[in-house]
Amino acid sequence: MKVTVKYFGLVAEAAEKSEEVLDLNGVFTASELKAQCLIGLAIADKDSVQIAVNQNLDDKITIKDGDEVALLPPFAGG
Amino acid sequence: MDKKKPKKVFVQGAILPEKIANSVANHQSKTNIGAHSIFLGQIRADEVEGKTVTAIDYTAYEEMAEKVFHEIREAAFAKFDITCAHIYHSLGKVNVGELCLFVFTSSAHRKIAIEATNFFVEEIKAKVPVFGKEIFEDETHQWKVNK
Repeated sequence: MKVTVKYFGLVAEAAEKSEEVLDLNGVFTASELKAQCLIGLAIADKDSVQIAVNQNLDDKITIKDGDEVALLPPFAGG
Repeated sequence: MDKKKPKKVFVQGAILPEKIANSVANHQSKTNIGAHSIFLGQIRADEVEGKTVTAIDYTAYEEMAEKVFHEIREAAFAKFDITCAHIYHSLGKVNVGELCLFVFTSSAHRKIAIEATNFFVEEIKAKVPVFGKEIFEDETHQWKVNK
């Protein structure tokens, strides 16, 4: 299945990209996919990174073909 | 009508003081309003380990952010008896001393408008996927985190 992963802020900086399409085999929860995407990235506090699946913050959800996933560092609006 | 229509919140660069004045002027014909409450977020020249912040470069997960802004609006209208509410947030580079957030609520009476504005600001800071790169005078940077 194909999943679009978007990276933002310090996660995009560490990954040196803002978006990629992953071709995944197997069953993943959002939390598992997040851990997978963050492997090897120089991020001090990986627990502070949230994952949104189709614009909803839910790390328990199972990833499906065609999902848009986003890795979001701590919010800093305002 | 005012409360249901999704509105574009993001503006490129700083929010100009003229925009605030114009927004106030645009509400003078709405004579059921007795109170406006305005919050303005301004970029502060924080000092971190001897370096001074000169600007914040804002980015966002825009599609999700616009959705969350809309949900916050819906929640605010359900919770408070406000006549209207407007939110503008900067994207891109905003220099110290410039404005990056403008929340403007109106109501018949002051307490409701003040509480609604406070609700908007707290919700925006907690829930909207906006990211801020604090740029120092030597062009190095750090990532802002809301407290």
